[in-house]
Amino acid sequence: MTEAAQQTDVVIIGAGPTGLFAVFELGLNDMKCHLIDILDRPGGQCAELYPEKPIYDIPAIPMCTGQELTDRLMEQIKPFHPVFHLSQMAEKIEKQEDGSWNVTTDRGTLINCKVVVVAAGGGSFVPKKPPIKGIEEYEGISLFYAVKKMEQFRGKSVVIAGGGDSALDWVVNLQPIVKELTLIHRRDDFRAAPDTVAKMRALVAEKKMTLKIAQITSLKGQGSQIEALKLKDETGEYEYPCDTLLAFYGLTMKLGPVATFGMEFQNEVIPVNTATFETSVPGVFAIGDINTYPGKMKLILSGFHEAALMSKKAFEYVHPGRKYRFQYTTSSSDLQNKLGVEEKQEQAA
Amino acid sequence: MKILVTDKDGKEHELDAVTDWSVMEVIRDSGLEMLAQCGGSCACATCHVYVDPEWIERIPEPTEEEIGMLDGAFNVNDQSRLSCQLFCSEATNGLKVKIAPGSY
Repeated sequence: MTEAAQQTDVVIIGAGPTGLFAVFELGLNDMKCHLIDILDRPGGQCAELYPEKPIYDIPAIPMCTGQELTDRLMEQIKPFHPVFHLSQMAEKIEKQEDGSWNVTTDRGTLINCKVVVVAAGGGSFVPKKPPIKGIEEYEGISLFYAVKKMEQFRGKSVVIAGGGDSALDWVVNLQPIVKELTLIHRRDDFRAAPDTVAKMRALVAEKKMTLKIAQITSLKGQGSQIEALKLKDETGEYEYPCDTLLAFYGLTMKLGPVATFGMEFQNEVIPVNTATFETSVPGVFAIGDINTYPGKMKLILSGFHEAALMSKKAFEYVHPGRKYRFQYTTSSSDLQNKLGVEEKQEQAA
Repeated sequence: MKILVTDKDGKEHELDAVTDWSVMEVIRDSGLEMLAQCGGSCACATCHVYVDPEWIERIPEPTEEEIGMLDGAFNVNDQSRLSCQLFCSEATNGLKVKIAPGSY
């Protein structure tokens, strides 16, 4: 299914700190942006891996958390009204006859743009899969890493694995509709919100579900249908019958479809020209952790620098024939207008 | 100062350790395959190793944070540790670890 293409100047794949700051640099040079990210919120690794962890190496910010950095970047790019396409993954990019690009996501979003910027960090965040041989056979039939439609679990014998918020939230939400429910976790301690843990414990006390302190070592089944899990605990290994497994072990980063976009890759990162941060495909740029060049350091501040240089070259594609004007935000009324500085001063006054 | 690391294929490697470096950093620097996605901030559980039984009592115990983060690892046992939280010193000279499935 394809819908009518949305139009913009630049599509940025990845809404981590580098992708967000790229909106700012591109915005100062009159380029509008759409961002695509598989997470349901901006921030990338800062949002997913260390929202609460302190970062000490952002210039002029002695300390901020991953979430604070994200929030500040969102504030900084607000004047440029970026459009976010979240919870979706950029699936392909196709060059058009007029030189523009069509970017399509796995949700069918279609965006036409003049420049593509890959700021995908370590790749897309996808669910961690247990390292069990042949596990793929069951995926989507009797093994799931997310719940899209609750109804499909009605009347099933469901095992949920994990000890975080996803696992516990689905325990509470699915318990009323499934036939049997078991939560399996490696220890009798849960990182999920205390309130949800209490609800789970109440369900166990009421004998409406089972809690097993164990780990899954293998799956047993026919074709794609799970019939039992092999569990291991202090007493040894045993089989545990069920027909559905929901596994919530957190997220991991995988390169994903960006590997098929056509630019050169070296060990899962993209070589770039360090004057422009353009890839081997003209009009396609790579900034932040996903690129490589002699001397590359995977730091947020490197991504910021790369975004500025990328923006200068992107300008040639987006505004052909227009002369690039190098300006400072401290003194340029043009840039200050774009940033809405006067409005802000009036509001403050 | 050395550490002994068994890779995903079961091959043991003797690596030069550096004082105060984490075991994860030594492994990554050696080029052995290890995901270590968050770069050492105890936030992803993809630097999971099994510490040799002879060594497990001789190294500092895991923090609550590390124990919690091990929930995101697989086949966790009493020898499981996150190698970004193990630091090299004279006391760890000869430390033996095996990279766990799910971390490569």
